[in-house]
Amino acid sequence: MPVSPAIKVERLVKIYKQVPAVDDISFEIATGSITALLGGNGAGKTTTIAMIMGLITPTSGRVTVLGAEMPQQRYRVLHRMNFESPYVEMPMRLTIRQNLTVFGMLYGVANLADRIKELCEALDLTHLLDRPTGKLSAGQKTRVSLAKSLLNSPELLLLDEPTASLDPDTADWVRAHLERYCHERGATVLLASHNMAEVERLCGRVIIMKQGHIEDDDAPARLLARYGRRTLEEVFLDVARGRDEMSEAAQ
Amino acid sequence: MSASVEGALDFSPRRVAAMILRYWYLLRSSWPRLLDLMYWPLVQMITWGFIQYYVMQNAGFFARAGGTLIGALLLWDILFRGQLGFSIAFLEEMWARNIGNLMMSPLRPVEFITALMVMSIVRLSIGAVPVTLLAILFFGFNLYGLGFALVAFFINLMLTSWAVGIFVSGLVLRNGLGAENFAWSIMFVFMPLACVYYPVTTLPVWLQPAAWVLPPTYVFEGMRALLIEHTFRSDLMLDALGLNVLFFAAGVFGFLKLLQAARRNGSLMQTGE
Repeated sequence: MPVSPAIKVERLVKIYKQVPAVDDISFEIATGSITALLGGNGAGKTTTIAMIMGLITPTSGRVTVLGAEMPQQRYRVLHRMNFESPYVEMPMRLTIRQNLTVFGMLYGVANLADRIKELCEALDLTHLLDRPTGKLSAGQKTRVSLAKSLLNSPELLLLDEPTASLDPDTADWVRAHLERYCHERGATVLLASHNMAEVERLCGRVIIMKQGHIEDDDAPARLLARYGRRTLEEVFLDVARGRDEMSEAAQ
Repeated sequence: MSASVEGALDFSPRRVAAMILRYWYLLRSSWPRLLDLMYWPLVQMITWGFIQYYVMQNAGFFARAGGTLIGALLLWDILFRGQLGFSIAFLEEMWARNIGNLMMSPLRPVEFITALMVMSIVRLSIGAVPVTLLAILFFGFNLYGLGFALVAFFINLMLTSWAVGIFVSGLVLRNGLGAENFAWSIMFVFMPLACVYYPVTTLPVWLQPAAWVLPPTYVFEGMRALLIEHTFRSDLMLDALGLNVLFFAAGVFGFLKLLQAARRNGSLMQTGE
């Protein structure tokens, strides 16, 4: 029996004041896969992820997440998914332990104290547990956000630029942790990123968006071959600047 | 977030407790927040207490109506601080850019609203209880001496404050922090019309029907009846309760509609101005 996709997006459209932010896109994300959503600023990545999460209501089209229609059936599945985004923050005055306790209770996490201990050991946050979140460095805050997003051991993780503003060492460390989590949990990840090295390392598939449309959708190796490029960054630039893939390959 | 959303009306005490804990952690971590809860009620009580003291010495009517001004002030504070307590707890989420985290969690709107209502009582108690005790000490006015009447006044005023607080939260969700000023000022619309410090008959006849549409009007009239005529007007309290049910339903309806609009225009992801 075929496994149903973790995410199914059908003819999704979002129009703000007559300007289409997302324009008739369709794709499926296989369960257990890690997929990147690429695109320049204003390409529609964040709006697409927000519609998948149920934070934004589509103008038309359909989004199904873990078998539930979003946003109407979101409460069936919100406890099985989680997210991290630069558009939201953890309350600054609360300590890491307090923040994780509050979100753990919201997500109905069993054995919460043990889960917080386990996560903080894995993310090297144990020595910071009683420090206010606002007094942490950018890297430490990102690790706290990651801890929050993994608190309920989600089957589906939506990440919007998870390593933005991190130094290369911390970013690499976060990627390694995400890789390990997905492998061990069999979780599905949809990742929006501008970091091509990150995408090449983590993702088995890349969806490239431009001006609300899907411009390309393939495995990183096949994209490189088709565009005749050595890095995803070059492919990204080709798409962003509107160069035709065949003419580029011919060159 | 309407009832048409499957499971929207489910209720988990654990999730409500999580939100109350979140606000308690916040209050506990910040002494200026705690001090602020008591500062204005205390300043107002002292000012109005002395005014009351002065007019009692100089005017026959007020000499008979001992405590009317200070009683009105303390009840007004329940109404105003109740709404402010609700709204500030909500605004803390906007200021912290945490609303997206909450909206993406399994927290239901009804649980969020319940936690905010509980916190408005907690914040009000922290501010009002010491002030009411000082009113006994400084001016001999014992609010608790109103007994059962005080319970009726309190329930009606809190219901109005929550209804307004819920609606204002919806406005802020829909319009961002640009609408924050409503949280601080909207209750003052009630002040002249709800006849806090004077009887409804003071208003022009054509304006009196507007006053009787507001539930707090019945509470302040009831308080004056109690302090001046020593009569508890249960009819006024029941009328206020009936109107409050309508106000509360309208507040929740408005909040859900504004939340729906916020989801439509993407403002849950942009919680700035």
